[in-house]
Amino acid sequence: MDKEKLKYELTALDFALADLKLYLDTHPDCSDSVRLYNSVADKRKVLFDTYQSLYGPLTAETYSGSESSWDWVDDPWPWNK
Amino acid sequence: MWLYEKKLQFPINIKKPDPRMAKLIITQYGGADGELAASLRYLSQRFTMPNGETRATLNDIGSEELAHLEMIGTMCHRLLDGADCELLRKSGYDTDYVEHGVGVYPQNSAGVPFTAAYIQSKGDPITDLIEDLAAEQKAKQTYEYLINMADDPDVIEPLRFLREREVVHFQRFGEALEIVKRLNSGKKYF
Ligand SMILES: [Fe+2]
Repeated sequence: MDKEKLKYELTALDFALADLKLYLDTHPDCSDSVRLYNSVADKRKVLFDTYQSLYGPLTAETYSGSESSWDWVDDPWPWNK
Repeated sequence: MWLYEKKLQFPINIKKPDPRMAKLIITQYGGADGELAASLRYLSQRFTMPNGETRATLNDIGSEELAHLEMIGTMCHRLLDGADCELLRKSGYDTDYVEHGVGVYPQNSAGVPFTAAYIQSKGDPITDLIEDLAAEQKAKQTYEYLINMADDPDVIEPLRFLREREVVHFQRFGEALEIVKRLNSGKKYF
């Protein structure tokens, strides 16, 4: 998958998790939503790891792919074009 | 603690500079009903929430507001990026330009700098949650006014997303308030 498409899909899954998380904060015993959260989180982890291995770090702390130089500083940063 | 993720919560693809719109949108960065105020309000109030559900709600909405702050800063940056002096002057951005250049500064659309006086942290969960409900309504209203002032779809789309998040936050704070009321009335509810 190309970089922009993968980032877009990851952003969508992250959003699903962010929204479900807030719902679960006030409905922690809704087991259907807990199951849904878990399944989205599993899918998201696969995409997240794929993205980082192909295109570099999204979080410095979960990335160990830098070789002789520090990939974290690579452009673009989120506010850049 | 927090973990920084090197991407935005919602994509921003603004291509055309528009300093007039930047001057309006900056109020959601450093204005009374903006994302910085929202974030600091909830992240400060969370310390005196009474149970796991309400602590999580304030913690997580306060954190999401930081992601919104980054989106608003990005929008302002893109709307100023590539604007020349003539466009800045024509757009009425000259007064901001002499103070901050094209830097992103926490202020409202009238140039009033951010102040913690915009928020309260009263140490009482009911009092704080009622403030939070009002804050979300005010932020939603501000986004509606900003959408009314915008014409570029690349600007309108992220504003609509942010407006929608305020609706969701309002809903969650309402549920948190009900949880606190039930706690206070001593009923077992789970
Ligand atoms: Fe909000």
